[in-house]
Amino acid sequence: MIPATFTYQRASSVDEALDLASRGEETKFLAGGHSLLPLMKLRLAVPETLIDIGRLRELSYIRDDGSHLAVGALTSHHDVATSDVLARELPLLAHAASQVGDPQVRHCGTIGGSLAHGDSAADLPAVVLALDATLVVRGPSGSREIAAGDFFRGLFETALEDGELLTEIRIPKPAAPGWSFQKFTKRAIDWAIVGVAVQGGNVALVNMGQTPLRATAVEQALASGAAPGDAAAHAADGLTPSSDFSASRGYREHLARVLVGRALTESLTRA
Amino acid sequence: MKVTVTVNGSQVEAEVPDRTLLVHFLREQASLTATNVGCDTSSCGACTVLLDGQSVKSCTLLAAQADGRAVQTVEGLASGDDPDAMHPVQRAFRAEHGLQCGFCTPGMVMAAVSLLAENSSPTEEEVRSALEGNLCRCTGYHNIVRAVLAAASENQATAASERQA
Repeated sequence: MIPATFTYQRASSVDEALDLASRGEETKFLAGGHSLLPLMKLRLAVPETLIDIGRLRELSYIRDDGSHLAVGALTSHHDVATSDVLARELPLLAHAASQVGDPQVRHCGTIGGSLAHGDSAADLPAVVLALDATLVVRGPSGSREIAAGDFFRGLFETALEDGELLTEIRIPKPAAPGWSFQKFTKRAIDWAIVGVAVQGGNVALVNMGQTPLRATAVEQALASGAAPGDAAAHAADGLTPSSDFSASRGYREHLARVLVGRALTESLTRA
Repeated sequence: MKVTVTVNGSQVEAEVPDRTLLVHFLREQASLTATNVGCDTSSCGACTVLLDGQSVKSCTLLAAQADGRAVQTVEGLASGDDPDAMHPVQRAFRAEHGLQCGFCTPGMVMAAVSLLAENSSPTEEEVRSALEGNLCRCTGYHNIVRAVLAAASENQATAASERQA
């Protein structure tokens, strides 16, 4: 299986990438390519032009900026997972990155690529949602910041406009230290059937809707003093997860309650 | 486009369509056919090679993404056909019967080489999780894991004897 024909272009700077993107209609940025190329092989994505940004080292970094961490969009999952700074300051992110796919995928895949792809079954979108991250994007008319809560708009749909490039993920250092990441898969390398990321009283869900979601009913129960088990009973309240070949809607709702319960309990051991 | 990749130390240059996948470049342009196309969906890991030293699935990379970079395939591990010339991981797969039909073996070996480069003395659990991206259709996982652990021990023993010498 090979993708449909396209024109390959390689950018050597962010400015060049934005310039190339402004010239074409159906352009896509190629980072690690581990979400995009499989879709292109299946003809679910048919870009006319691919702009390879994979070598922009200027977007691969992890920086402690005092009140927050700054992670370059092209930092690989492997580098996020093995970062000492993140292990210390944002263990939820480092651990979740170590659970993405498999080693080969983590060597290629990038945090920005995963977020910009906007798949609600992916792990990191829910993680940045639980961490109240801010996404920094650059476009033809300059840069802007988007709160993670405003970034994910629908199935594979984000707040990125045509020609805009996600450049950095800014994550405030968590006020509450307890964290947990849980996901349920049939095989280790599969997408999560359901997953959950917890940081303090923030709870976000993987694959429980068209976008990653905050489990607001659980968060409200926790805020009013509910025990983890009682709060977790609300994990699927108001949500409409899909039924597909890997799970029915009811099974997803059940998994969400079980996994949120486990995650809250685990996060308390780290609080 | 013109793609130039250093494959197992030798430069391979070819004019290929932009959509050429790295695995096809290796098999058809470099004529190195040990790297198998298995699932073609980045699930099975049969196409695993090292790109600048790190394991990757060559069915999910464009040849263009490897342009100007170094790729190592399983053919690049041994210095000859003799067992003594094999890479320690290859020797261990042979000694521990870490293969049955052999289809997954090139990818398994390269995934193991990548693991041992990052972690020279992995636990059994670490070996199993490092091989999560590689499927064995014969389900011969126990011997594969044993082989990787044996290769790690051999590396340790060699390193220790070199320290003493």
